[in-house]
Amino acid sequence: MTPTLKQQSIIKASLFVAALLPFLRLVLAVFTDHLGANPLEFITRNTGDWTLYFLCITLAVTPLRRLTGWSWMVKLRRMLGLYGFFYASLHFLTFLWFDHFFDVAEMLKDVVKRPFILVGFTAFILLMPLALTSTNKMIKRVGAKRWQQLHKLIYLIASLGVLHYFWMKAGKHDFSQPVLFGSIVAILLLLRLFWAIQKRQHEQRLSVG
Amino acid sequence: QKLAAATNSNYVVIDNKTAYKDATTYNNYYEFGTDKSEPAQSAGSLKTRPWSVSIEGEINKPMKLDLDSLMKIAPLEERIYRLRCVEGWSMVIPWIGFSLSNLIKKVEPNSNAKYIEFTTLADKSQMPGLREGVLDWPYVEGLRMDEAMHPLALLTFGMYGEVLPNQNGAPVRMVLPWKYGFKSPKSIVKIRFTNKQPKTAWNTTAPREYGFYSNVNPEVDHPRWSQASERRIGEDGFFTKKRKTLMFNGYSEVASLYSGMDLKKYY
Repeated sequence: MTPTLKQQSIIKASLFVAALLPFLRLVLAVFTDHLGANPLEFITRNTGDWTLYFLCITLAVTPLRRLTGWSWMVKLRRMLGLYGFFYASLHFLTFLWFDHFFDVAEMLKDVVKRPFILVGFTAFILLMPLALTSTNKMIKRVGAKRWQQLHKLIYLIASLGVLHYFWMKAGKHDFSQPVLFGSIVAILLLLRLFWAIQKRQHEQRLSVG
Repeated sequence: QKLAAATNSNYVVIDNKTAYKDATTYNNYYEFGTDKSEPAQSAGSLKTRPWSVSIEGEINKPMKLDLDSLMKIAPLEERIYRLRCVEGWSMVIPWIGFSLSNLIKKVEPNSNAKYIEFTTLADKSQMPGLREGVLDWPYVEGLRMDEAMHPLALLTFGMYGEVLPNQNGAPVRMVLPWKYGFKSPKSIVKIRFTNKQPKTAWNTTAPREYGFYSNVNPEVDHPRWSQASERRIGEDGFFTKKRKTLMFNGYSEVASLYSGMDLKKYY
């Protein structure tokens, strides 16, 4: 079952709007004072959550495509990944603004001193080259093969993101959500590993034959 | 429900009071859920009457006091204290109660009484958060005897001119303004005098992160964040920097309790 090109662009446009809703909700809540007693904590956590959601959704595209055979879904992947970067940027911005008031030197000191922040910061830095090379033009310039290699960084980034969250929650011994995210990312990565091994065995069999 | 008390002018800070709404909807009370908005939503199930507190251990006069007798031990006074949470935010709250020392003198500790241990309610039928194994329930806190005797240590029954809302630790809690908030146990059911340092809840769960003393100290960082500054709820925010945290949360009168102690070691 493949939607027509027109249907595909409708799906993509709806997804674009839907992915923007968490941000719009946040903006609306700021102006209507609906963020509770500690609005900045709320914004930090909310943007962090949405970063993880979008990383997971982006990572889910390939397995879903393979399991369902809906190859057109790959067209949605770039937008989803960029949304992950968008929410990660907001998350980082709240940290830089509200925790450090744009004092970059102080911010970096904080990053180096605290492992859980360092892990999150590293993940954010690693996301940047992926976002920068997301245009068709850049794919051409980098070369498809190298581009693919580079974008495998997302596996590391998602794992670091989960570790960042896990560490943040560790002090409170509140692991239910980090474990959930961790399991989802693990399943999505293990599926890829499984397919890679399968492919290799298949190739070996062919070469022996 | 109103609770009358005259303000004790020795214990008033110049800071703006935190809005009642913020102080009663942004709470850490894990027995009612780990999310800060949860206690306000789910603490309605807590039954605060009848209530009694059992006082036992190394004392000459063990007793079990019901809430009304407990409240009559000394005149209630209102004190406006700063509250600094270990997570890096702070509030200013008008509490109602009296110095714990009034109760301690009444039960006559013997010479073995070196520490005081507070046990709080842990009843699954009233507290939905107990189903989650975040901590070993019941929540236990403790103080060294001289800390417990310090006049700042407030046995607390009310806030903002009313009896304590359930989510703030009704019907009776401690308030120790020079320590991080989690050192102040809520909904106390037992007070025990011991000669050994009590095994307190957070210290047992994560000893590297939460020390037995847990005095507010801008120079000793939490392993995962700095304690040098804090965000005052309702005031510091989008366009104001976080404020500097003060040693002992500004209550320098407790400093003598810790003279000679390495506060980096005894954090």
